[in-house]
Amino acid sequence: MAMSPQQMQPASEAELAEAIGAAAGPLRILGGGTRPVGRPVTGAALSVAGLSGIRLYEPGALTLVVGAGTPLAEVEAVLAAEGQRLPFEPMDHRGLLATSDAPASGATGEPTIGGVVAANASGPRRVQAGACRDSLIGVRFVDGAGQVVRNGGRVMKNVTGYDLVKLMAGSWGTLGVLSEVAFKVLPAPESAATLVLEGLAPEAAVAAMAAALGSPYEVNGAAHLPAEHDGGRTVLRLEGFAASVAYRADALAAHLAHFGTAGQIEGGESAALWREVRDVAAFHDAPGDVWRLSARPADAPGLAAKAGGTALYDWGGGLLWLLVAEGTDLRARLGPFSGHATLIRAAEATRATIAPFHPEPAPVAALSAGLRRRFDPRGILNPGLME
Amino acid sequence: MQMPEPDPAVLAKRARIVARLQEVLPADAVIHDPAETRAYECDALTAYRCPPMAVVLPASTNEVASVLRICHAEGVPVVPRGSGTSLAGGAMPTADSVILGVARLREVLEIDLENRAIRVQAGITNLAVTDAVEGDGFFYAPDPSSQLACAIAGNIAMNSGGAHCLKYGVTTNNLLGVTMVLMDGTVVELGGPFMDAGGLDLLGVVCGSEGQLGVVTEAWLRILPRPEGARPVLIGFDSNEVAGTCVSDIIKAGVLPVAIEFMDRPCIRATEDFARAGYPDCEALLIVEVEGSAAEIDEQLGLIRQIAMKHDPVEFRESGSAEESRKIWLGRKSAFGAMGNINDYMCLDGTIPVSSLPFVLKRIGEMSKEFGLDVANVFHAGDGNMHPLILFDANKPGDLEKCEAFGAEILKLCVEVGGCLTGEHGVGIEKRDLMEVQYDPADLEAQMRVKDVFDPRWLLNPAKVFPLPASAPRRAAA
Repeated sequence: MAMSPQQMQPASEAELAEAIGAAAGPLRILGGGTRPVGRPVTGAALSVAGLSGIRLYEPGALTLVVGAGTPLAEVEAVLAAEGQRLPFEPMDHRGLLATSDAPASGATGEPTIGGVVAANASGPRRVQAGACRDSLIGVRFVDGAGQVVRNGGRVMKNVTGYDLVKLMAGSWGTLGVLSEVAFKVLPAPESAATLVLEGLAPEAAVAAMAAALGSPYEVNGAAHLPAEHDGGRTVLRLEGFAASVAYRADALAAHLAHFGTAGQIEGGESAALWREVRDVAAFHDAPGDVWRLSARPADAPGLAAKAGGTALYDWGGGLLWLLVAEGTDLRARLGPFSGHATLIRAAEATRATIAPFHPEPAPVAALSAGLRRRFDPRGILNPGLME
Repeated sequence: MQMPEPDPAVLAKRARIVARLQEVLPADAVIHDPAETRAYECDALTAYRCPPMAVVLPASTNEVASVLRICHAEGVPVVPRGSGTSLAGGAMPTADSVILGVARLREVLEIDLENRAIRVQAGITNLAVTDAVEGDGFFYAPDPSSQLACAIAGNIAMNSGGAHCLKYGVTTNNLLGVTMVLMDGTVVELGGPFMDAGGLDLLGVVCGSEGQLGVVTEAWLRILPRPEGARPVLIGFDSNEVAGTCVSDIIKAGVLPVAIEFMDRPCIRATEDFARAGYPDCEALLIVEVEGSAAEIDEQLGLIRQIAMKHDPVEFRESGSAEESRKIWLGRKSAFGAMGNINDYMCLDGTIPVSSLPFVLKRIGEMSKEFGLDVANVFHAGDGNMHPLILFDANKPGDLEKCEAFGAEILKLCVEVGGCLTGEHGVGIEKRDLMEVQYDPADLEAQMRVKDVFDPRWLLNPAKVFPLPASAPRRAAA
C-alpha cells in the first residue's frame, strides 16, 4: 500500500479492508476529491484512486463492472468506443466547486466513478433515464469494521435480498467505502436536438416543461436557464435515431405552440448547452452560496421567488439550483415544502453552521443514524459529513 | 420447507391478542375463526400452507399503526400481505402470526398529472393505477403478469418487474415515496412527489425488502405518458444459441425495445396446443416490441429485421395490425396457463448475463434429462431474467421434492454464470435457503443489520429471505 503520513492509498480491496480495519481514528474518504460537499470532515485521508480499472464490460449485455477509483473519463471513453454511455449523465462538480485546480488535499482532482456513486450524481437525463442509483446494479464495499460486503451483481434484474446498492448510492462514503461498482449502461443515440423557447417566465417555463415531459415524445432533458445568465431560455432535449428525432422535434414544437415558436439547436451546440445545464455552469464564477432543491416541479417557481437570488431549473423544475448570498440559511427562508434542500457550495465555516443535508424528521433520522451505527460502529467513515 | 416452531407463549395468549385487536378495529376487520383464517394459509406458492393465528384488515394508516403497536407489545410476528400473489411464499404465515392484509387500502389519493405522479393507498391493484390515469394518456410502467390482481404493496415489497422493464425499469425505478409504519407503530414518510432522496436512500432499501422493514400503507408512484404506438415482431430460430446471439446483437445495435421475450421449443409446443396462436414450429422464438410513432416503429423494426436476417431466422413475422399484435402476444401471455393445463409446475426466475443464455439453456436441457422432469423456458431475454417452468405431478410422492432439487440446481447455475437467484419474484421462503449460494455470510450479515435497525425485535415477516440458521440468533433474541 502506498502510504504517506497524510494519506493511505490501498492498491487492492484487501488492502482497503486492512486499512479500514486497522484505522485508529476518523477517515476522510477520497475519490478524486472534486466534490467537497457536506460538513467538513477531519481525519486521515484514505484514497481509493488505487482501485482502478475496468473489471468487465459486455456491450451486448449492457453491463459494465469497474473499480471504484477508476477515473470517470476513462469509464466514459471505454463506453464511447462501443457507442454506449452511462444513462444518468453524471454531473461534473469541478466547475461549480472550483476543484479543478484545488481538489481536496491528497486527491488527484480527477472525478472517479466511485465518487459519482457516493454522490449519486445525476444530470439532466435523470428525468427519463433515472438517477445514478437507478443504473447501479452492483457494489462491493468495505464497511467501517473493515469487512468486505457484496450486494447486487452484474445483472439488471435482481431482487435477491435487500437492495444495499441503492443505499450505498448517495451515502457519501458514510456507510462503507466502495471498491467496485457495476452499471447497466445504454446505447448512445445517433442524434440529438434541442428545442428552445425564449422569454418564458418561470411559471410558464415549468408548465411548458410539464407539457413536454407529459407528451409521448420522449423528452430527456428539460431545463429553464437563469434570465440573468442566459436570457431565460427554456430548453428541451430529444435523442435517438435521426429520423425519429426530427419527427419528434416537429411534433413537440407543435404540441408546445401555445408557449411560443420553438427554435432548434443541434450537434455540438446542443451538447455544449446540456453540459452547461448538467454542471450548472451559470453559477461557476458567480459569488454566493449554491443550494440544490429537490421539489415538486410545479412548486419550483414559488420556491425560487421566495429564495431570491438566481435560479436554474433542471428536471422540468424538479431540480432547482439556487445562487444566494453567502451564509443564507435558505431553509429558514423557504419554510416547510415538499422536498429537500442541500447546501452544495459554501465556505467551510458556513457548512459547519448550516446543515448541508436537509434535516430529517426524528423517526427517519433515527433510522439513518441506526444504519450508520451498524455499518460503521466506530463512526470513522467520513464522520458527520451528512449530519 | 422448514418454518420456525410457533412460539407457545404467543399461542397461549391468542384470545387476549384477538381481543386487543378487536378494540382498535371494526368487528369485520379481525378474522380469527379457523374456518376463515384458512383463506390466508398460503399465497401463490400453494405447496406450503399454514393458517395464521388471526388476520387483520385495517383501512387506514392509523389502524395499521394501532395493530402494529399491539403486536409489538405482545411480541407477535406479523406477516404483511398484499393480494397474496407472491410466487415465493412472501406472504406465507406461521401459526403464531397475525396476517396484516392491506386489501381495504385501495383508494387513489391524489393524481398529479402536471408532475407525473400519483399517490395511492398500497392495497390498490397494479392495473388500477394505470386505469386511474389512462384516460389522460398516462400509465404506470411496472407490469407483473399478475397485474390484474397484485397489490402495489406487494410490488413494493418484492420490487416487482414485468415484461416491459427493459425500457422502463422495475418498481424501485418508478417509486417516488412511501408512507410506512414501523413494527413499533411509528409512521414514517420516505421520499415524496419529488425525484431523489435527501439523505440516505432509505426508500431504495425498503423497496424489495419483502415486508420485513415496515408496512407500506401509501405510495407516490411515477406515471409516464403513453407512447404513440407499439408493435411487436415475432422471430423464429432453429437454435437457442442463435436466438440468444440475436438478442445481444439487437441490444448492441442501439435499438432499445420495450420488451424482448424468449420462448423455447417445449414452451412453444405447449402454448400452441393450448392457445393456438399460430407460432412457427421452431427451437426458439423471440417477441420483440418497439414503441413510438408509426414511422419510428417502422424504422426500428427495419433495423431489427436487418439484424435478424443475418441469423437466418425460420420466420420473421411483423405485426401489421392490432389483431396481429394480439396474436403475437397471445402465446406468450398464455404460456403459464398452458403449462398449468398440462401439469403442476414450478416457476423460477433466476437472472443471468444475457451472454450466458445459450449455455444456461443447454445445461437446463441436460439437467432436465438427469432429473427426469420436463422443463419449458419462457423469459424476459433483454434483461436475462429467466423463467424456467419445471413440470411435475403434485400427486406423485416425491415429485415435488425432486422438482425443488432440480429448481435449486438451476438457480445455482444462474449464480455460477454471474447471475442471481431471483430477478423479480423475491426470495420469500422459496429461495431463502439458497441465499448462501449467492451471498457470503458477511453479505447476509450486512443485510440483516438493516432489519435490526428497522425492526429490532425481528417481528415483521421474520422467517423469510434469510436462511433460518442465519437469522436464528436474531429471532431468538427478539
